[in-house]
Amino acid sequence: MTSPHKTTSPRGTAPRGDAPEAGPSGKPAWWTARRRDRLAGYAFIAPQLAGTALFVILPLGLMFWYSLHDWNVLAGGFVFSGAENYERLARDPALPGVLRATAAFSVGLVALNLSLALLLAILLNQRLRGTVVFRTIFFSPVAVTLVAWTIVWRFLLQDDGGINGLLSALGAEGPNWLRGETTAMISVIVVQVLKNVGLNMVLFLAALQGVPKELYEASTIDGAGAWTRFRRITMPMISPTILLTAIITVVGSLQVFAQIDVLTGGGPGTATTVLVYYLYQNAFQFHDFGYGATLSVLLFAIVLVLTVIQWQMRRKWVVHED
Amino acid sequence: MKHARLLLAAAAAAPLVLAACGGGGDDGGPVTLRMTTWSANEDHLAMLNEIADAYIADHPEVEAIEFDPLPFEGYTSTLTTQIAGDNAPDLAWILENAAPDFVSSGALVPLSETLAETEGYEYDDLVPAATELWRQDDELYAYPFSTSPFGMFVNTDLLAEAGQPAPAELIADGQWTWERAVEAGAAVHAATGTDGIVIRDFDYTGWDNLSTLWTGWGASAWSADGAECGFDDPEMVEALTFMHDAVFEHQAMPGPGTTADFFAGEAAMTVTQISRAGLLADAPFAWDLVPLPAGPTGEYAVIGQAGLGVLTVAPHPEEAADFLAYMTNPENSAKLAQYFPPPRASQLTAEVLGQANPLLTPEQLQTVVIDQIDSGVVKPSHTGQAQLDQAVRAALDPLWTADADVAGVLTELCTAIDPLLAR
Repeated sequence: MTSPHKTTSPRGTAPRGDAPEAGPSGKPAWWTARRRDRLAGYAFIAPQLAGTALFVILPLGLMFWYSLHDWNVLAGGFVFSGAENYERLARDPALPGVLRATAAFSVGLVALNLSLALLLAILLNQRLRGTVVFRTIFFSPVAVTLVAWTIVWRFLLQDDGGINGLLSALGAEGPNWLRGETTAMISVIVVQVLKNVGLNMVLFLAALQGVPKELYEASTIDGAGAWTRFRRITMPMISPTILLTAIITVVGSLQVFAQIDVLTGGGPGTATTVLVYYLYQNAFQFHDFGYGATLSVLLFAIVLVLTVIQWQMRRKWVVHED
Repeated sequence: MKHARLLLAAAAAAPLVLAACGGGGDDGGPVTLRMTTWSANEDHLAMLNEIADAYIADHPEVEAIEFDPLPFEGYTSTLTTQIAGDNAPDLAWILENAAPDFVSSGALVPLSETLAETEGYEYDDLVPAATELWRQDDELYAYPFSTSPFGMFVNTDLLAEAGQPAPAELIADGQWTWERAVEAGAAVHAATGTDGIVIRDFDYTGWDNLSTLWTGWGASAWSADGAECGFDDPEMVEALTFMHDAVFEHQAMPGPGTTADFFAGEAAMTVTQISRAGLLADAPFAWDLVPLPAGPTGEYAVIGQAGLGVLTVAPHPEEAADFLAYMTNPENSAKLAQYFPPPRASQLTAEVLGQANPLLTPEQLQTVVIDQIDSGVVKPSHTGQAQLDQAVRAALDPLWTADADVAGVLTELCTAIDPLLAR
């Protein structure tokens, strides 16, 4: 068995280093090991780069381009309109309500998702019987198709659905969840949290298991209680994971669509019309692709700003980074 | 760096290469036509393919005609997305609520000349009431291949169980009114726990289906020229107060968030189009189809329509228009009538429709379909319908609570949609 530290050159006898190889004519050869290395590197990243260019960078550029146009899909009109769509965005009377709903959804989702995920991870990190079963149970919704999951919840949440049936069996009368402005928002948030909390839970579990046991042992000897150990050891040690999950969850919360479409259709009234849904309505229902693209530029800007802020804030509250 | 730039350039050029590969350029050879529909029903598609095969046999310039069923929900969105994505079909079914947008925007190829000049077409046979929605300045932009009045399907077993007379008896006595229908629905709900009346596809979002009720009060969503909101008119307030009471006071209609399917035996009555009769082929209960109950202004009819048009941006608009003329000529119209009530006066007979709808009696077809097509009010539609649809749905939401102020909600609704109507 070879030592794990021993390395062999994948290029066989080819000499390493930057010095050009001498060709048969004695001139420095063009086809050097360095060039070969570079080409191999580009070849490895080419598929990913091509995919990113084709499906991310190009659409992103087109989105900006479309947002500068008045695009009447039905009549086939595509006219440059400059900043007209952006002026309309500034004056759009529906936008403040849409942004409020988006903020309410994101704040509710992130707060509930992260705290529940952390709580579950801590509970399931105990050395108790059956934790593996519970981990599987909490993670399994992540593997379920989003729309199927949401449709089942729509049936459960309707006025004569399973949730209210359960409540009435317990002697309580439940509200018409998806028809009240507040209850509809709460329902959409909870359905989404239950769907995805397992993913954050697994990330937290991995982070918790990476915290060295010696730290806890030492602090226990020093007389630290459970809460102090959590606040002074656990939280700082898993802070990089908290940052990661926070960014993923915030960005994900701003892109919620299927749940809104299936559960509430943006209603009642416009209580759950979040930015992505409003964008979809404008582009695909009202056939106004130019304004829809302008709204996606706004969404892109919001996601970008929030991510940059969170990334900057890591200096303050992320204690160590690997 | 140079390599990186080259790679980026190659990646950026890739879509152009892909587009060039997929284009299938127009080389003057036989063409393939594509038509979008919202029916994936095998019988419908078999009939369409039969018509298409007969056409292709006589027309070497067309090598194939593909029927592309899209889901009904989101049909118009999918169609416009295809158009936006430069993948427009040649022909498309068009829903009545999208008609004003398609007809007025220049999205459809004018058809009058092509149809009138097609030999044996009998263009004048088309009923004016049926083509009105699809015309602009006397030019026809789509052929209303389905003109289907709304009627009331009734589960007579459930009515009998609740001790209620069958609607046919009430009609004979001249007592078939909304008031009586709601009374019967409430009685069924009280006696059996099953829901009373379901206005199908309304489900507290598809509000345009409520025109099947409010037309009986002489109300309409907006004025005939589309400029004035009609929701705050006294007739509309009265009609929707009646409906509100039926839901929340009499419990004759299921409330918001409750689903009840008449065809699964979950409701005593349902308002819908006759084309749904097929769902009753194996119904385990006795049923009847009757005209809509009379409202305070008397008897009335509401019709739903679907049009067939050729898109301006279609790859082959001329061939598509020619196929449309063939597909809707008298002979093929009779075939289409198997499933879709035709707009041709000569074919609106109980005999023709009866061959197509064996579940319905000639009397039902006469009273519910034929007698109503001329006088029927088409479901509400307007330019910018999708936006109006959304605005009305959102503004009507507060109405669907037990303690709602009907007049107040409707006044606010008009405030919300006035700017859209004024466009």
